[in-house]
Amino acid sequence: MSGHTEHSAPTGGYEPKIMAFVCNWCTYAGADLAGTSRMEYRPNVRIIKLPCTGRIDPLFIIKAFENGADGVLVSGCHPGDCHYTTGNYHARRRWIGFKHLMEFAGIDMRRLHFSWVSASEAIKWVDLINKVTDEIKALGPFMEYKGLKATEAEQG
Amino acid sequence: MPRIGVFVCQCGNNIAATVDTKKVAEEMGKLPGVVYTCDYKFMCSSPGQEMLRQAIKENKLDGIIVSACSPHMHEKTFRKAAEGAGLNPYQCEITNIREQCSWVHHDKTKAAGTVKSIDLTRMTIQRLKKNQPLKKIKIPVKKKAMVIGGGIAGIQAALDIAEGGREVILVEKEPSIGGNMARLSETFPTMDCSQCILTPKMVEAELNENITLYTYSEVEKVDGYIGNFTVTVRRKSKYVDEERCTGCGECIEKCPFKVDSQFELGLNKRKVIYTPFPQSVPNVPVIDAPNCTKIQKDKCGACAIVCGPKCIDFKMEDKLVTEEVGAIVVATGYQNMPNERFGEYGYGRIKDVISGMQFERLASSSGPTGGEIRRPSDGKIPQSVVFIQCVGSRDEKKGVSYCSKICCMYTAKHTKLYSHKVHGGQSYVFYMDIRSGGKRYEEFVRGAIEHEGAMYLRGRVSRVYEKNGKIMVQGADTLSGNQVEIEADMVVLATAVVSRDGADTLAQRLGIGYDKYKFYNEYHPKLKPVETVTAGIYLAGTCMGPMDIPESVAQGSAAASKVLALFSADEMAREPITSVVNRTTCNACWDCVTACPYTAIEREAIKDRQGNVVRWVAKVNDGVCQGCGVCVAACRSKSIDLKGYTDEQVFAAINAF
Repeated sequence: MSGHTEHSAPTGGYEPKIMAFVCNWCTYAGADLAGTSRMEYRPNVRIIKLPCTGRIDPLFIIKAFENGADGVLVSGCHPGDCHYTTGNYHARRRWIGFKHLMEFAGIDMRRLHFSWVSASEAIKWVDLINKVTDEIKALGPFMEYKGLKATEAEQG
Repeated sequence: MPRIGVFVCQCGNNIAATVDTKKVAEEMGKLPGVVYTCDYKFMCSSPGQEMLRQAIKENKLDGIIVSACSPHMHEKTFRKAAEGAGLNPYQCEITNIREQCSWVHHDKTKAAGTVKSIDLTRMTIQRLKKNQPLKKIKIPVKKKAMVIGGGIAGIQAALDIAEGGREVILVEKEPSIGGNMARLSETFPTMDCSQCILTPKMVEAELNENITLYTYSEVEKVDGYIGNFTVTVRRKSKYVDEERCTGCGECIEKCPFKVDSQFELGLNKRKVIYTPFPQSVPNVPVIDAPNCTKIQKDKCGACAIVCGPKCIDFKMEDKLVTEEVGAIVVATGYQNMPNERFGEYGYGRIKDVISGMQFERLASSSGPTGGEIRRPSDGKIPQSVVFIQCVGSRDEKKGVSYCSKICCMYTAKHTKLYSHKVHGGQSYVFYMDIRSGGKRYEEFVRGAIEHEGAMYLRGRVSRVYEKNGKIMVQGADTLSGNQVEIEADMVVLATAVVSRDGADTLAQRLGIGYDKYKFYNEYHPKLKPVETVTAGIYLAGTCMGPMDIPESVAQGSAAASKVLALFSADEMAREPITSVVNRTTCNACWDCVTACPYTAIEREAIKDRQGNVVRWVAKVNDGVCQGCGVCVAACRSKSIDLKGYTDEQVFAAINAF
């Protein structure tokens, strides 16, 4: 059912697609604040809201790559500020293990970003999205995984 | 095939300026399962909502997407509207194309905004297809509350709950309720006598039919969740039968042994069988077991001999009582930082260096001197008194970094009390800043300085020592730039307000948070000042941080109103975003149990017909679960899912990326 709208920015050229998994309480609210403050950032990010970064199954990230993401971003409350007390600590611990696995699998770690953005850090969110977009744009499209789903479909 | 409706909001020009809403609606109409699309100026307006309801009914929609502002803004509005048209509210999903799209992408050609809106809406549609109708969780609520701490905040909370017609158990650690306020002489800025305004409330709490007092008791264990707490209270042995004791006081009179009184902060003695102060509530004495020769060595027993109703029992033991309550108010109060930490001010070394609270006792008409200001060393009336402020407060190195808030005011009060009681006496105050924010507070301090002759010196004290029977106080007056040395007869330290010993242990029992000073954390410092992260547990008073009496009372009432609101219905409705276990695949590794921040997951035994345990599975308690989903990601066998954020829903959204 993947629709993946191919689009180009007004300037033309390659525009990466980035998937962001964010928690409902800090980063999602921070991203909302960027909006209410009428800040501006690159339009390449698609947010999926989860209650907490602790809800993130590493498979979400792999699936995102499989579905054509050129980069993935995970962001939640700062350590100690988790709405659910300790959810982000679980996320952080899981992330450390997962990172090694991804490196082992040969995924360029520059395509994966982990950050803490609080509900008041709209500026940090804007800077983060711009930085991540530019970095991934420089890396070019992430082809290694994009093919995977098609192959799977052919075999399946 | 699902029948989905997509409503794209223009939000006036807020979305429409950078997103082609018509195109978004058209594109979505091409997706399988989408049977209705439209774009409209203001979806949240009454006509907008009416349009939504009509469309649901006319097109027999079984799910709707509103692509509009943030779900934090209008998710509730649209879900309610959907419910009005007979749709399960959780079959309504919001796509955020305003805060996270139109407002942050200023491209006037609408290219970027439109593409992003299409992507986001498509992801939400695919997610919606996997939605399950959910029902709000109903939790039965026990309409009985527990208040921990019988100071003014706790008493106020208990009285308000009781007046609201609900039962309350008021648990107090000491033999009498009253707390710190019972020690005070007068209160700022009105100079009301503390006892005169407090004791009627204490008596009211004792006489109120809805209030059960558990004095000399401590909370040992807390289980359960909002509406259904089970609290174990240790009722320490008083060695006196509360029911039969008439409070005649014969036993106290006859007791031959005296020890330092904690209530009087060592300024006076009390008997071994005692009530902390004359107006104690309940007026039942307790035996201080470690100091009682009858209990320790089986000698004496004078109190039992003179006791008319024969209510003294030296063999009495602690009792553990279990109470079922629906809500808990924590009002455990504060204590003063131990002055022993401040050797440079001579505390402990020089007898006439005392704490502010000790000064309160000297000034109190029910205190050890009957309200006369007399120095502890020789009972003489001090002709000059130095007050030192910020002892431990705003002092990161030796004390705490925060301001204790009440000391500026009570020191001003002390200088006034001193000038009223010792005519011709001179008081000096060393201060850092004067913080007198509050109704009639600044006027109160100005009065002390301008009309009652208190000498305020801005600066710190460097040394306090004894010379020829006088206490020499050396310090700086930073306003004149001079070093000063004052000959004083008495020095009073305004020591920092700190959390109670054992505050952290109680917090852990309750499952509430605390800061690095062990003050309890409110849910939100501005908007939820008396709630905690644990639903059903509320806070009041100085257990949260320094505050004065009016604030503590206001918080006691605020917490009570929260409790009464909770008790207003037989059942409490909660968002159904909770975890659910697949019992067939759960292999009882208990990773979820360890991961859960709320201890919401229990171990459940599955039994055969004979009652033998066949196997174990995890079970989520809906009342406790807050829906964070940590357990879902922790589960190795994929046997837990989070309603509203199921794996299927999230993967559907990712696959539509």
